[in-house]
Amino acid sequence: MTGAAPASEIRIVADRLTKRFGDFVAVDAVSFEARAGEIIGFLGPNGAGKSTTIRILCGLLRPSGGRAEVAGFDVARFPERVREHIGYMSQKFSLYSDLSVMENLRFFGGVYGVRGARLDERLRFAIGMAGLKDRTDALVADLSGGWKQRLALGCAVLHEPAILFLDEPTSGVDPASRRRFWDLIYSLAGDGVCVVITTHYMDEAEYCNRIALIDAGKLAAQGSPSELKRSAIHGEILRVEGDNPGAMLDALEGTPGVRDVAPFGSSLHIVVDDAARDLPAIQTLLNARGLGSARIEPIKPTLEDVFVQLVGADKARRTGS
Amino acid sequence: MNRRRVKAIAWKEIIQVWRDPRSLMVVLLMPLMQMALLGYGVNLDIKHVTICTFDREGSQESEALMKAFQASPYFDIVETEHDYDAVKRAIDRGRCKMAIVIPPDFSEDLAASNAASVQAILDATDDNTANIALGYAQSVVGSFSGTVQLSRTQSLGQEPPVAPAVAQYRVWFNEDLVSRDFIIPGVVALVLALVGSQLTSLTLSREWERGTMEVLVSTPVTRMELMAGKILPYFFIGLIDAALCLVIAVFWFEAPFRGTVATLFLTTSLYLIVVLGLGYFISASIRSQIGASQIALVATLLPTTLLSGFAFPIDQMPPIIQGITYLVPARYYFAILKAVFLKGSGLGDLIAPIALLALYAAIIGLLAARAFRKTLG
Repeated sequence: MTGAAPASEIRIVADRLTKRFGDFVAVDAVSFEARAGEIIGFLGPNGAGKSTTIRILCGLLRPSGGRAEVAGFDVARFPERVREHIGYMSQKFSLYSDLSVMENLRFFGGVYGVRGARLDERLRFAIGMAGLKDRTDALVADLSGGWKQRLALGCAVLHEPAILFLDEPTSGVDPASRRRFWDLIYSLAGDGVCVVITTHYMDEAEYCNRIALIDAGKLAAQGSPSELKRSAIHGEILRVEGDNPGAMLDALEGTPGVRDVAPFGSSLHIVVDDAARDLPAIQTLLNARGLGSARIEPIKPTLEDVFVQLVGADKARRTGS
Repeated sequence: MNRRRVKAIAWKEIIQVWRDPRSLMVVLLMPLMQMALLGYGVNLDIKHVTICTFDREGSQESEALMKAFQASPYFDIVETEHDYDAVKRAIDRGRCKMAIVIPPDFSEDLAASNAASVQAILDATDDNTANIALGYAQSVVGSFSGTVQLSRTQSLGQEPPVAPAVAQYRVWFNEDLVSRDFIIPGVVALVLALVGSQLTSLTLSREWERGTMEVLVSTPVTRMELMAGKILPYFFIGLIDAALCLVIAVFWFEAPFRGTVATLFLTTSLYLIVVLGLGYFISASIRSQIGASQIALVATLLPTTLLSGFAFPIDQMPPIIQGITYLVPARYYFAILKAVFLKGSGLGDLIAPIALLALYAAIIGLLAARAFRKTLG
């Protein structure tokens, strides 16, 4: 036996973690660390390897190379010990629809080995957290998305896990419920839980303490949202809004002073060295091309801008919010 | 093994069965329907075989033989023909299973003390029925010739000769030779195999299909705990079903029951573990409910009907097939049930089949536990 989790605050260590399915490399030498109380977000397009990484860390898939320790236990060698310390919410909704709220909670309490007075206390906590105090006898099938999702979170933390893995927990949930869900995640992190969450919502990624940008199985960059913006974007961002984004894109691409142009919805984001200096020149250029109606304004870079810079516009759009 | 985890899984499983109409049907309706269907439908007794006669002589003697056939409960003379074409048509069209043809020199041969011959023409498309019917016909003709011989010696004023040898049959254990009496225990074995394997075949595949397995495998539940928690509730359900089937067998179909309930309980429990384990093994290997249920059906229905000794006697099978029957658990349970029902055998008489069934349970349990992996992909 390796013993209890080390005294240090580090809860997850991944070292050149790799997963191959035949010739396909789903996770390619990913290394990172996560600490207690930290919310780390895996951001990337579908199929980038986010879910596969989480499944390896939960001991559900064996890594093909590299190693990872979760709660101090090697995930390949002691998956059962790892499972005692983690909570996991899978991408698919995973509660029993034909069981009531309370029956689901009691079931998970049972399989996590929570009992006695502690079980009663944890059940109260989970029900309060999910906001289901008056509906404990309702069948889960009859609950709407937001309730189900909060109940699933409640089931995943019944045994007070040190590490919580959430695989796209907010997909298909309305914005108000998403916001509420994030409040719960903050409060869990505040209690010292290490939270690993995957998402393809750029705005959600901003809520994370640290982001790991994953693209084609590789860790493209990691850091806090502001760190990523500082390091990935050399220059400033101008947003150009007009009637004809296609013509504007053609006009601006290759223009001296413009380092990059990328479409964002119906507008363009361009990267320049100095917004105050370059803005008038760009306005003049657009006027000359008959695109004078375009409005140009400096904006703060978003994570999407970071993504565009790091992995290319095409992929960023597929990931986009 | 953590009892609390096993209990949590077993309890969840019971709630799910209780709330799922399809599972409830398998639990309650399936055994009833199968008992009724098979109990009434399968009947290996052959009585009232339809026959036609073609009497080419029309003598007193030939008519006496016809009367002997008419008097037999095994035959119904449905037609009297006057030429071979008519006989051929009657058999071709399926109106008769057998034709009895009496040659024109029948009474002459009898009078001359020659061996008189009678021709029997059989429709052997169903060879089993044909064989049995032929046997009955031989016994009818045999007893007829005995009578003729007796009256002849008496008319000559001689002492009746002592028959060289007369076989006297004394049938034990199923005195009435009613095939239903041994079919019913076989039906119980078949129904339990079908229901038992169906019940557990859905239990893991349902979790894979609904996506709940992914979270279940991320919990500290071990595969032994999962198997125990998943089989235990179905074991009790299976015992209820077994009791139901046995009560129907004894009180409705009036199968003679000479053994003890304790013997029956112990051996049935063992058999249930085997069939539930088999269903669980299939469920662990196949992740779709439909697929698992179909395979469970094929894996139990065919071997249990064909190779357990239920429909065909094992000692009449080719040696290779006989070898294969040792792999069919119903073979042992059917032998046990027959012995307990008809002979009243106790545990001491059944050590061999019980030991083999227990070995089977252990092997299937091991395979089932190993078949399930707590990993994805």
